[in-house]
Amino acid sequence: MNVPVLEVRNLVKHFGRVEAVRGIDFAIQPGTCFGLLGPNGAGKTTTIEVIEGILSPTSGEILYKGRPRGRAFREEVGIQLQSTELLVLQTVRETLEVFRNLYRRRAPLEELIHTCQIQDILDKDNARISGGQKQRLLLAMALANDPDLIFLDEPTTGLDPQARRHLWEIVGRIKRLGKTLVLTTHYMEEAEILCDEIAIVDAGRIIAMGSPRDLLATHGDGAVISLGADALKGRMPEAFPWSLRQSEAGLSIHTRDAGETLKALVALGADLDHLSVRSFNLEDLFIALTGRELRP
Amino acid sequence: MIRRILTIIRARVREFYRDKTSLGWNFLFPLLIILGFSFLFSGDGKIFAKAGVVQGPVAVESLESLERFQKSRHLDIIFFENLEEGLRALERQRIDFLLNPGDGRYWVAEGAPGGYVAERFLKAADNPDTGKFSKTSVAGEGLPYVEWLFPGILGMNVMFSSLFGVGYAIVRYRKNGVLKRMSVTPLRSWEFLTAQVLSRLFLIFVNVAIVLGACTLLYGFEIRGSIWLLVPIFLLGGFALVSLSVILASRTESEEFAEGVLNLMAWPMMFLSEVWFSLEGAKGWVKQMADFLPLTHLIGAARKVMNEGAGLGDILPHLGALLLMSLVFMVIGASLFRWHREG
Repeated sequence: MNVPVLEVRNLVKHFGRVEAVRGIDFAIQPGTCFGLLGPNGAGKTTTIEVIEGILSPTSGEILYKGRPRGRAFREEVGIQLQSTELLVLQTVRETLEVFRNLYRRRAPLEELIHTCQIQDILDKDNARISGGQKQRLLLAMALANDPDLIFLDEPTTGLDPQARRHLWEIVGRIKRLGKTLVLTTHYMEEAEILCDEIAIVDAGRIIAMGSPRDLLATHGDGAVISLGADALKGRMPEAFPWSLRQSEAGLSIHTRDAGETLKALVALGADLDHLSVRSFNLEDLFIALTGRELRP
Repeated sequence: MIRRILTIIRARVREFYRDKTSLGWNFLFPLLIILGFSFLFSGDGKIFAKAGVVQGPVAVESLESLERFQKSRHLDIIFFENLEEGLRALERQRIDFLLNPGDGRYWVAEGAPGGYVAERFLKAADNPDTGKFSKTSVAGEGLPYVEWLFPGILGMNVMFSSLFGVGYAIVRYRKNGVLKRMSVTPLRSWEFLTAQVLSRLFLIFVNVAIVLGACTLLYGFEIRGSIWLLVPIFLLGGFALVSLSVILASRTESEEFAEGVLNLMAWPMMFLSEVWFSLEGAKGWVKQMADFLPLTHLIGAARKVMNEGAGLGDILPHLGALLLMSLVFMVIGASLFRWHREG
């Protein structure tokens, strides 16, 4: 096995009495996309900012290519922060040039422009670009030094679905270039599409980790059957054989055998007017592990 | 529409009173300014002119008129031990008017509004029948008030450009996350601060050169000393003022707080560093306090070169003071500097 590009050992971060990160461990292999998935306030951004060097850890160890982070780390990583304003009164091209010039190693400008699809906005003032365009510029800034390791902290938060999918395409393209990525997100779909390995974070701890497929297989493969809120009213058996969840939206039943469960529901005389069946996904997994929604 | 406007107003008011630092400054700043001015200009009320009086024997018939003149309200009377000293102060626009009661002659500073006022006061105090005082031209070429004022205006411009152009900008960068983004690049904090200082000094150099050139051409201002001496004066002055603003900008995230403190720095400097008027006749502690301000040395050195034709040796103490202040301020500012607040 290769030396991990990044290795985090028992990382702890406190802000006064608040324990934001409570002992996180993981290792990332070269060329993979590692996702930190969790709700707002789970500790994803704190974890990533400690690794990036923005915050100092309370305790724990962070190794980059097998060694403590040094000057090379700053030179060789690319970072897209969760929220950054751009330099004022500068064009997109000028901004990109500013950041390229901060590094010894520089990605060719044309390649950056092409990869991040910013050719149409190069001469626009930063103040006049859209949210999606800004995220693409921030991504280009993160790639300005042709980095070996790229951190993307919630890169699609606040974007409309179209802009989000556009950014996913670009991140997919960066992945295919063989770059190692660390991505934080609270969109399970984003994690499923982009990540090779996922750590589900809750309350400052990793509660599950593995490839999306392995996680689902380990913690609850199968299907989720959704029914109306009153579908089983007066028909609820004493010993219910499946994992049942009731919310304002209705009933959700997690089952490993959708066919058998549907037969049983028919036998119970359940109201199937609002029936839907779908695959068990990471969001369901998060709910199964924590009992809470991923996005409140 | 009105609801939206009111919502924004409420939000802004909440933001204002929750920002304790800026709230404090908004109340404290005007109080401090009023307090400062009450000390500086306490006593006779508003001063319209600074009138110098040469000490020595006075003709008996002039005594009564002199007493009346010296008792005039709104005149700041400054005594000189001899005529030469008084004339020198007049030529340098440190006083508006000079009276030598010994021989009844008086002089008015060219172009100074206060000179006209003082002359009117003297004429009112003088006995119309037995008037003993007569106007005399300043020996040699007198310095017009506007030429005396010019280095002060240049200095003030450099001060505002340095304080707000660097200090305020750094605070804004910190607040909107630009500094945080830069902190994760190989850029070091001292590199960032150096770039801030150098870029501002370049702008100051260009700005001063253009204004100086334009005023010399348009108004015929004369630079009596070497123009090249102005380069170290304005660059060192700018460096000291930029460094001072770096101390303020080293950690704060509040633009409102920064603005308050920058104003608190700028306004007293503007009055104490002789931008608009001379501190001749001011209390000793006021002059001593002014010596600790970079703008005092910037304008002092510039006036010596531009108005008096001074050489390098004459301005070395000012340059030394500016260099020392620059280094002290920059060391403090750089050591306090943080890209962003943790947590």
